[in-house]
Amino acid sequence: MTRPVAQPFTEFRARDRVRALLDPGTFREILDPFARVESPHLALQGIVPQGDDGAVIGRGTIDGVSAVVVALDGAFQGGGIGEVSGAKLASSLEQAVNDNRNGTPTRAVILLETGGIRLQEANLGLLAISEIHSAIVELRSFGPVVGVVVGTVGCFGGMGIAAGLTSHLIMTRGGRLSLNGPEVIETEAGIEELDSSDRAGIWAMIGGAQRVAIGQAETLVDDDADAVAAAVRDVYRTAPATAVPARSTRIAAGRRLLAAVDPTGRPTPTDIRNLSTGGSL
Amino acid sequence: MSTASASPFGTAWFGALASSSTAVPGLPGSLRVGMIALDGGETAVLLAVVPDADARFPRARSGEVGLEEGYALAEVVTGIVAADAGTDSRRPIVTVIDVPGQAYGYVEELVGIHQSLAASTNAFATARLAGHPIVSLMVGNAISGAFLATGLQANRLVALDHDGIAVQVMSKQSSGRITRRSIAELDAVAEKFPATAYDGASFAKLGALHDLVHVESPAAPTAADVALVTTSVSLAVASVRSGSSDLRSRLSSPEARTVRASSVLVRQRVAEAWDI
Amino acid sequence: MQTISIDYPAAEKLSRPVHVGAVSSGDLEIIMIPLPGGSTATVALRTSVDGFDTIWRRVLDRFFAESALVAHYEINDFGATPGMVSLRLAQALEIAREDPDAGQTTTTGGAR
Repeated sequence: MTRPVAQPFTEFRARDRVRALLDPGTFREILDPFARVESPHLALQGIVPQGDDGAVIGRGTIDGVSAVVVALDGAFQGGGIGEVSGAKLASSLEQAVNDNRNGTPTRAVILLETGGIRLQEANLGLLAISEIHSAIVELRSFGPVVGVVVGTVGCFGGMGIAAGLTSHLIMTRGGRLSLNGPEVIETEAGIEELDSSDRAGIWAMIGGAQRVAIGQAETLVDDDADAVAAAVRDVYRTAPATAVPARSTRIAAGRRLLAAVDPTGRPTPTDIRNLSTGGSL
Repeated sequence: MSTASASPFGTAWFGALASSSTAVPGLPGSLRVGMIALDGGETAVLLAVVPDADARFPRARSGEVGLEEGYALAEVVTGIVAADAGTDSRRPIVTVIDVPGQAYGYVEELVGIHQSLAASTNAFATARLAGHPIVSLMVGNAISGAFLATGLQANRLVALDHDGIAVQVMSKQSSGRITRRSIAELDAVAEKFPATAYDGASFAKLGALHDLVHVESPAAPTAADVALVTTSVSLAVASVRSGSSDLRSRLSSPEARTVRASSVLVRQRVAEAWDI
Repeated sequence: MQTISIDYPAAEKLSRPVHVGAVSSGDLEIIMIPLPGGSTATVALRTSVDGFDTIWRRVLDRFFAESALVAHYEINDFGATPGMVSLRLAQALEIAREDPDAGQTTTTGGAR
């Protein structure tokens, strides 16, 4: 069945995004807002918590195969990783590792809409992210771990590293991916280094089209729920045939690109596209 | 341009602990590679990212983990795993951590520093899962993405206990700028919430630390300091060999069971509800 | 952040939990959990905006005088306008009174 009108995926909140990526009717949430496992740290610091702590864990199937889809809610505290939201991601991936190790293939998809660590929870978020990293690496040995970055918050900080660890990254043109967000660079290095209000410049530099063009993401999709869901399914349908070493293992390619870059110049996004031959490096 | 003065601790401790050190051709000067003689006669690989005034990328000259450092660490660690793969040996890897942060800059983000840091994170995690005991020795700064990419995939974290230790998601100066709080205000919050503090003792309260070692002279270690730290690192390596290759030990400590109770609870609830 | 707790007498049963909204700028989240065998609506409100407790009490008094369900209401407010508060309360009530077999019990509905 096809819908007459495209539904922008970015207009879905986290829960509906998760539902949209699982086979119809299979979504079952773990630790939903009624479980009332919220952040124990925010209210003590005067911040209103959210019932699900800004993370949604959905169990179900993708193409009939056991799956878990986890999503960060960018609208709550910028999708920042706190102790609970971080543990929800880490434990979901750890459970998927267990399943795979015990002979039940379980697919894992992570929807990354996050500014990185939630400052109020600081080192608790940092530790949680290291546990997420570990689980992604371990899970990758069993099958593709898919990341999705669609916007509007983007994916930054330690979760930018998490995106770098995935097997396959799906982005929209509106999605942004980097380590330090533009505002952080401007604050730390000055406006002459980066003007964070230059929206077109920022998207050209770290947006989905550029990341795909230089081989730091695999699929560029339209901001449409069906298109994102189809892109996720495609990863698993074509996985055996197109298995390539994960991006984070392509060290020589990364070093070759660095050698070609003028570190004191001001290369443009186009320069980097020309220096990079993407995934084939 | 970064005006941060380079921290002395990383260079000092790498120098004090290394039984040998080699310049590896093709690797940036900021990455030090050597060997450390552990108690009991075993030799481990010793790594450190240190300040390098001549670094190619100007924003990674004060010990920051930049584009070059991530990929170079990945290359060295991956090489160790590959060399040991066909043998019974799984050499321990000890990383001296004194990293003031990741390199902040336009070129860094344009080229994709997140991918470089993912490469080293991946390499350390892969080495750990392959059975190499990974120990991070925190001797100074351990900040944010730089710490994630160099130290936080270790089986065991060992920290020195001195005033120069800073473990946080951003430097105190940056945190002050971004949250518009004074250093005094930040310190007041940190007293109530150990997760927001910078010092080693507060980090220890989160339960992820294997050992906190008090030394006499952190910037210029004495022979006694070196012996003490070597013993702590050796014990950490031994404890890895009798444990698991994942990061579970960080959540099973008595401290973690209270301060990270939510991390434990979430795992328990997710496991219970995983299959209907 | 300010916390307000109020109980209201209630008779209408809630058959399943309800969730609407989100703790995002200009919005609020309402979580309703049934209290089987109870006879009150217990409201626990947290708001990011201090100094509006009189207004909040007036809004809640009016709403719960008309339609109090036997439930624990958790309201997490992040600076919602009075219009948004009314919308979310009405939305929660509508879902609470839907056919229990209608499926989905949580919605984040409306604009982001």
